[in-house]
Amino acid sequence: MPIPAPPTNVRVVTFQIDGRDYSAREDETIIEVARENGIPIPSLCYLEGLSTWGACRLCLVELAGSPRLVAACATQVAEGLQIYTDTPRLQRYRRTILELLFAERNHVCSVCVSNGHCELQALAQRYGLDHVRVPYRHVAYEVDASHEMFRVDHNRCILCTRCVRVCDEVEGAHTWDVMGRGSDCRVITDMNRPWGASDTCTSCGKCVQVCPTGALVKQGTSVGEMTKDLHFLPYITRRRHNR
Amino acid sequence: MHLDDMFERAEEYRAESAGVEHEVRVCMAASCQSSGAQPVFAALSEGGQGDACRVKAVGCMGLCSAGPLVAVAEVAAPNEAPVLYRDVRAADAPDILASVGRQPVERLRCPTDQPFFTRQQRIVLANAGIIDPDSFKGYVAAGGYFALIQALTEMTPAEVVQEVTKSGLRGRGGGGYPTGLKWSTVAKMPPGQKYVICNADEGDPGAFMDRAVLESDPHRILEGMAIAAYAVGANKGYVYVRAEYPLAVERIATAIRKAKRAGFMGNRIAETQFSFDVEIRLGAGAFVCGEETALMASIEGLRGQPRPRPPYPAQAGLWGYPTLINNVETYANIAPIIREGGDWFADIGTERSKGTKVFALAGTIRNTGLIEVPMGTTLRDIIEVIGGGIPGGKAFKAVQTGGPSGGCLPAAMLDIPVDYDSLRELGTIMGSGGMIIMDETSSMVDVARYFMEFCMSESCGKCVPCRAGTLQMHGLLDKIAKARGSAQDLALLEELCDMVQATSLCGLGQTAPNPVLSTLRYFREEYEERLAAAQV
Amino acid sequence: MALQQTKPAPPDADKRWKLVNAAMRRNGYAGHALIEALHAVQDAFGYLDETSLRFVAESLDLPPSKVYGVATFYHLFTLKPKGRHACVVCTGTACYIKGAGGLIEGVEQGFGVVPGETTPDDRLSVLTARCVGACGLAPAVVLDGAVLGKQTPDALVAELNRLE
Ligand SMILES: Cc1cc2nc3c(=O)[nH]c(=O)nc-3n(C[C@H](O)[C@H](O)[C@H](O)COP(=O)(O)O)c2cc1C
Ligand code: SF4
Ligand code: SF4
Ligand code: FES
Ligand code: FES
Repeated sequence: MPIPAPPTNVRVVTFQIDGRDYSAREDETIIEVARENGIPIPSLCYLEGLSTWGACRLCLVELAGSPRLVAACATQVAEGLQIYTDTPRLQRYRRTILELLFAERNHVCSVCVSNGHCELQALAQRYGLDHVRVPYRHVAYEVDASHEMFRVDHNRCILCTRCVRVCDEVEGAHTWDVMGRGSDCRVITDMNRPWGASDTCTSCGKCVQVCPTGALVKQGTSVGEMTKDLHFLPYITRRRHNR
Repeated sequence: MHLDDMFERAEEYRAESAGVEHEVRVCMAASCQSSGAQPVFAALSEGGQGDACRVKAVGCMGLCSAGPLVAVAEVAAPNEAPVLYRDVRAADAPDILASVGRQPVERLRCPTDQPFFTRQQRIVLANAGIIDPDSFKGYVAAGGYFALIQALTEMTPAEVVQEVTKSGLRGRGGGGYPTGLKWSTVAKMPPGQKYVICNADEGDPGAFMDRAVLESDPHRILEGMAIAAYAVGANKGYVYVRAEYPLAVERIATAIRKAKRAGFMGNRIAETQFSFDVEIRLGAGAFVCGEETALMASIEGLRGQPRPRPPYPAQAGLWGYPTLINNVETYANIAPIIREGGDWFADIGTERSKGTKVFALAGTIRNTGLIEVPMGTTLRDIIEVIGGGIPGGKAFKAVQTGGPSGGCLPAAMLDIPVDYDSLRELGTIMGSGGMIIMDETSSMVDVARYFMEFCMSESCGKCVPCRAGTLQMHGLLDKIAKARGSAQDLALLEELCDMVQATSLCGLGQTAPNPVLSTLRYFREEYEERLAAAQV
Repeated sequence: MALQQTKPAPPDADKRWKLVNAAMRRNGYAGHALIEALHAVQDAFGYLDETSLRFVAESLDLPPSKVYGVATFYHLFTLKPKGRHACVVCTGTACYIKGAGGLIEGVEQGFGVVPGETTPDDRLSVLTARCVGACGLAPAVVLDGAVLGKQTPDALVAELNRLE
């Protein structure tokens, strides 16, 4: 759910993140508190203003006294929690998850229009991912350039479903969805028809702006030119919520 | 309605078959039907033996591999084992009918004094193979719906929860979560819309316990669900069945219809204030839909993808309302617990695993079929004594429990008692009760690859570790199995196992590495042989 | 707001749409009964094509991409027409241990099709399933709805050769 109704009697709780004390409302998630306080928990599927998806698993954090990792985007803070966001174990897992993403599709940054403005690339740099140990899947996906303004390159899609969620939850068009299962999953427009032929797409471009990689881009951009602008999201959700 | 009325009603139903001295019971569960039970039933029914002998369609008798099974029982002696016939053909019908009340037909006879039958203790399967699953009256005559009426008229919801808690029953769907605790969580949620769901997705490929219960005794599940609904304050239930089980779907649908007509389902059940309705929802071939949050997504008409927990279904489940979700076998234990009391149930089994467990024995074992034994029975008893051991003079190699989420145990582990905790310690899980026995000809690397292939193709694709990780692990296993792998590949495989286990969103991904980890733990030399073969 | 959507007319005069409509009506045209509706289409027509998916989407007032996403998620739904006969080889654990792989190879050698394919003459579709619940009779095959237990590759190929 994007922005739940403000509960009447929310408590404020205190807890620790990476050894420092913080306090927040108990209905806030770990990632929200971390963002407010400038603690960089990596994430790809989470986006403020959209519903929680919990799928990229990059935001996993450790809780003292529990062997289980929890997703910072899907876990609320609680009194007395001791949260660790950047342990060697987490770093190792995050690097492997990023490797899996790179091996899954064909991310050739040097020719990508989002080169330099891509969240996946930025995370790879942050975690020092200089080579990928698992074999590449080598499946060639198509590029759909049928839409007059935008283009989708499935080779660069990480299936975060931000496009699906923004289109459904914010624009209300529900043009996008995911088809298939497992590694065969792919984002689709309408009945898996070319985007340009969609009867539901309003060409608002929100999906392009929220896409973390170069999968959804504007037509006519060349290498490194595509920058994304996310400012509209908190603004629209806040306004809509306050109505 | 009172309990006394129930007794009267059961008496009445029993009186309707007064004069029947013998019953010829034909197993009409799916497995025996596949072996040709239908023509046998037709031939026996046509053969007609007058009112004193009734030919009856019943559910699973357990020894599925010897089907079609027919049993001849003397009604006046319910505690005596009926005469059992195996591999019956339609042509055998005249002989069987002629033998009723006289000498059994020796050439068809299947001895019932063997451990396969004598070592079982039947609670869940008490009616299976005895009553006609399509007969409401048959279920009531066997003591059915007493527990529901007892709960509705003599117990408060809290007392019902207490009784279930006292019984020590743990969920039979695999996780072993204490049932009483789950019920009390849902019961404690503020009153309002709540749901109960029966998880009949039975996705473990090699398990058929839930199917047998649904096909043999469907009212038992409805009764369990109704009691649960009363206890937690729900009035609507769903049975989520996999579409691969058409007969089970048909039987549960018939049961719902008949229970409704008799006033045991619907508005104001048995003239009390309690109303409860059940609907069937079909799966469509997705193992992950056995996972509770995916199952609820599927009932909501969505892609069956799990979502992060908490919130747990007990807090926010179907359409966001508090939801109780239990497995078929869990519900099947409820009526006996209410009828006989929680203490009675808690006396069966081990310290921390109470009651009995139904297992589906399959693979290379002499007696393939369904058995029910007290928790704590050793694997050796189950496999060698009850199951009759490995056929064809081969040696036992491993037993796989828990399906794709479980593991393989070697011969050295056969003396452990089967309960939730000992199995978990050994690196496997109880799972839903599938037990696959493998002999010396099975390669453990191949088995691990098989399960990884399963998880890969059943991964819903939502989270990265499972979607992409199972694919990579399968690739590595395939490479090793084909004697092309290196020590580095094995090390990477182990690293991925750890990562996928720790980071996946749902149980499917979290447990997908288990078959690999357990075979590495007990059969590492088989991996090393394949690596060595790659060197040359 | 009078945003009530009118129910679309069936795509053509085929009587089978009545069955589909009946299934949707039984569930009050609720969006959450989408899977039930898809089962009804597949039972009636044997597979789901774009026409039927659009009809279901419009009838239940659901976005087309959502309907397509659901239809492709579940393995039992097929978007391609099947052959006149369907042979489902069980690849569950029990059947795997008892030689399901051999059955698939046998069928592939006999008819040149792998699971998921249909012979060019439309006579036979070969599919796989994860446990058909007849593990006691492993390896099992479901041929046009009937379970055949304890199969061998030769016996299975012979049986398939007898089909029309
Ligand atoms: C991948 C996966 C598959 C599952 N499949 C089943 C199943 O087929 N049947 C079942 O009863 N539980 C299954 N479960 C367990 C359910 O999520 C849930 O725990 C169970 O239905 C709860 O019922 P219980 O407490 O009575 O066991 C599965 C879990 C996972 C993670
Ligand atoms: S297209 Fe972009 S936003 Fe959509 S799922 Fe793929 S990576 Fe995410
Ligand atoms: S673990 Fe696998 S099945 Fe579970 S949510 Fe992740 S991808 Fe889906
Ligand atoms: S950001 Fe939490 S799982 Fe993706
Ligand atoms: S594994 Fe084939 S029927 Fe169960």
